[in-house]
Amino acid sequence: MKRIRKLGYLFKEGIRNMFTHGFMSFAAVCVTVACLVIIGGFSLIIYNLSLFVSDMEQQNRVLVYIDETYDTGSAKSVGSKINLVDNVREAVFMSREEAVDRFIKDQGADETFAGINPSDLRDRFIVTLEDNSKMAETVEQLRKIEGVARIADRPEIAEGITTIQRVLNIVSIGIIVVLLVVSLFMISNTIKLAMYDRRDEIAIMKMIGATNRFIRLPYFVEGFLIGVISAAAAFFTEWGLYDLLASRITQMQSMQLLSIVPFQEVFMPMVVTFGAAGLFVGMFGSVMSIRKFLDV
Amino acid sequence: MIVFRNVTKVYTGGSRALEGVNLQIDDGEFVFLVGPSGSGKSTIIKLLTAELEPTSGSIEVNGYRLETIKKRQIPYMRRTVGVIFQDFRLIENKTVFENVAYGMRIVGASGKEIKARVPYVLDLVGLENRGRRLPHELSGGEQQRVAIARALVNNPAMIVADEPTGNLDPQRSYEIMMLLESINALGTTVMVVTHEQELVNRFTKRVIAINEGKVINDGMDGYYFNEEN
Repeated sequence: MKRIRKLGYLFKEGIRNMFTHGFMSFAAVCVTVACLVIIGGFSLIIYNLSLFVSDMEQQNRVLVYIDETYDTGSAKSVGSKINLVDNVREAVFMSREEAVDRFIKDQGADETFAGINPSDLRDRFIVTLEDNSKMAETVEQLRKIEGVARIADRPEIAEGITTIQRVLNIVSIGIIVVLLVVSLFMISNTIKLAMYDRRDEIAIMKMIGATNRFIRLPYFVEGFLIGVISAAAAFFTEWGLYDLLASRITQMQSMQLLSIVPFQEVFMPMVVTFGAAGLFVGMFGSVMSIRKFLDV
Repeated sequence: MIVFRNVTKVYTGGSRALEGVNLQIDDGEFVFLVGPSGSGKSTIIKLLTAELEPTSGSIEVNGYRLETIKKRQIPYMRRTVGVIFQDFRLIENKTVFENVAYGMRIVGASGKEIKARVPYVLDLVGLENRGRRLPHELSGGEQQRVAIARALVNNPAMIVADEPTGNLDPQRSYEIMMLLESINALGTTVMVVTHEQELVNRFTKRVIAINEGKVINDGMDGYYFNEEN
């Protein structure tokens, strides 16, 4: 009973402390929000860029032309062998007729090309790969399939995209790690400053016989609240800024080259990440900061 | 009860604060610990509240052996000693009532117990109408009374007052000493650390004089001992 009473009192104290030390709590919330918004914003930019790059990668396909002596039925049957090759994600058949239609359409339905005879072209498969960095080996395997007459691939584009992806991964991990370290440093310093303000109070508590646990718990509750408030404020700020920026970018580019991922798509991961980061920083930051003042 | 047996304290850096101090204060006694600044009085207080550890010798406070006490036992030992400081050390953002009640919160007292005990103790120190005030709204003498109330609230076996009148005028100082004397009359051991000769001489109590880290006099004559005596 005594323990429950104590817990109830300490919980209330934690809430009260946050308001009685209003300015320092406000400073801790502001710094945490700023850091979370910067890290979150950067992560969203990286996420959008990596999706854009993988989209480009998807568009870099390999065309597998089938021997012109094969009729449509036999040409289609080569598809099953293509699909058996490792690293082939999808092989979509396109007949000579479809190829001619597509070609004329791509030329703006120009009359000049109206006389093209489908028999001048070959049936083909549009092949998408799982991993473009292995394009050369996959193309080698495709060449060996009976009935394959020619392969049109663009290894330099695949290589370029793979390089961009690797650089993006390394740079983004590096920047996020640096931002995290800087943020933790800033947040812990702000919380330390807030706790330094209360060192006399803690010394008094110790002197009249309070245990470390009794002193720590209100700070833990206070840190928890600061964490929750910071996480919520950072989340909604991020959401607002992101939506604003996304609509501006969409308006700016009439050709829609860059598609921005809607915030709703990353809603849950953002809630979880912001919540966990806010709570971690708030609770452990405050408890760790008072540690040295407890040694009286 | 406090027992110091051959206690020596040497600070890091070599400064010798206490040198083979032996003293015993029994339950129910009223004792003045006197001496000039730098004589070692504050070191004695810090040793008996376990803020410091003795370099050698042994200290016993209300049944706790401080040279072997475990860190987690220190808060429980401190609850048996109510400490009063020259600078009052009240929590500024808590009211008088909350400052006094805080000592009871620590031991898990119920709201009902707190509501019954705190007004009683505030009444005892003459602050029955000051419960809702914040410390900075009170005079120095009143703040010291709050500190005494806080020290008393859990019925400790002993009150240790470190220069309790250092920030007060002579009249307030006398009143505080009278209050401590009446608390002692109720059975609580009281140890007052001071260097105010006149004040000590107004009460006929045991006086332990300390100088340069050594006990130089321990008598019941009730007089401050200094070099002129």
